[in-house]
Amino acid sequence: MADASPLKPFYSVLVLAFVCSALVAGAVVGLQPLQEANRQLDRKKNILSAAGLYREDQPIDRLFAGIETRIVELATGRYVPEDRLAPESYNQLKAALSTELGRSLDAAADLARLRRLEKYSLVYLVKQGETVQQYILPVRGKGLWSTMFAYVAVDADLNRIRGVAFYEHGETPGLGGEVENSHWQRLWQGKRIYADSGEVGIRVVKGKAAEDGAQAAYEIDGLSGASLTTQGVDRLLHFWFGDDGFKPFFKQLRQEDTSNG
Amino acid sequence: MAESTRELLTRSIFRRNPIALLILGICSALAVTGQMATAVVMAICVTLVTAFSSLTISIVRFQIPSTVRIGIQITVIATLVILVDQILKAFYFDLAKQLSIYVGLIITNCIVMGRAEGFAMSNPPVASFMDGIGNGLGYGFILIVVSFIRELFGSGSVFGIEILPLTTSGGWYVRNGLLILPASAFFLIALIIWVLRTVDPSQQEKD
Repeated sequence: MADASPLKPFYSVLVLAFVCSALVAGAVVGLQPLQEANRQLDRKKNILSAAGLYREDQPIDRLFAGIETRIVELATGRYVPEDRLAPESYNQLKAALSTELGRSLDAAADLARLRRLEKYSLVYLVKQGETVQQYILPVRGKGLWSTMFAYVAVDADLNRIRGVAFYEHGETPGLGGEVENSHWQRLWQGKRIYADSGEVGIRVVKGKAAEDGAQAAYEIDGLSGASLTTQGVDRLLHFWFGDDGFKPFFKQLRQEDTSNG
Repeated sequence: MAESTRELLTRSIFRRNPIALLILGICSALAVTGQMATAVVMAICVTLVTAFSSLTISIVRFQIPSTVRIGIQITVIATLVILVDQILKAFYFDLAKQLSIYVGLIITNCIVMGRAEGFAMSNPPVASFMDGIGNGLGYGFILIVVSFIRELFGSGSVFGIEILPLTTSGGWYVRNGLLILPASAFFLIALIIWVLRTVDPSQQEKD
């Protein structure tokens, strides 16, 4: 391996860099459509499982056919017409970071520790005929280590939780990571979000939730050994069902309901 | 260096295991052994990357100027790892989601680099390829043993199939919290090293 010329290392590295970058670029570009399709399927699967509609033996696209995707302006709670923002191409996380579609949150209001919040959010409507049965809302918030992402399915009465699916997080496996546990997620079903006063009443408590009494309808068991993750889940609920989150959307829906009826 | 192909393939499983004897690749062995499925996929990925990087390096070993050889090796390895990561994302999305950060870390897995520098630079392509496969198998053997113990006693399942119903899911088995955490792999790997060196005293280091 005698180096014939002092320039040889440069040539070798150049050739290598060229070949390797061609390979990598080819793979990334060539496989992109498949990867994107996978991401979409995964998202739909999570939405379906929040609503309790996911069936393993049926194609996801067919199950998802009954679900309508809309965009809501969080501040006003109104639907955004599709010609202004198309739901297919809207990227909520990117929007939060952009200057025109997102805004920064005050430390006091930022319960879920997001720092920036998008002005528009996707919502998914589970419809039977013309009536909406469930609203599936994307939520997220900081746990102990990571941002946890979930979909919460809310009943058409805008108060009862139908289901939840935490689908992405980096919490400690076995402790905070138990947000994935389907047994725990099932505890959410039927819980009430708002107290009679209109305030957010739902809470994830440390330890066991009240079995009966006035609080039982609002409380969810905390995760044992994961106080900070539990607190994070509690805060993200308060944030997303509060005034900065989907509360204006619910208010708007109720108004439409009374004016129509 | 007249080892037969078979010798190259099998010696790294017990007699010269990259984790147990060479103590390489410990970091990823801690991270991915919480569940058997991730451990198996990781083992396959590392085996493929080690084999093909050794093969590539060995083919061009006379063209590599010695002054920049480490840089060239790492570039070849990084390229292969990115290819593996992209293919996983395209065809095995669920696994890719669990493994994504660890797949990237294969680049820094000392086994891959160690075999490229220590074996492939001075041996013909076929032998290097076999040596890569062998080391991948040795790595995979440790990963599978460790992940079997960790998943069975930590999560009560094997390959995700429930064996011991956990109390958190309404069963009777109280999980072992230590085994869920990556650090527990240190203890298990140490036990495996102890067993291997007791069975085969030639692996013991001389004082």
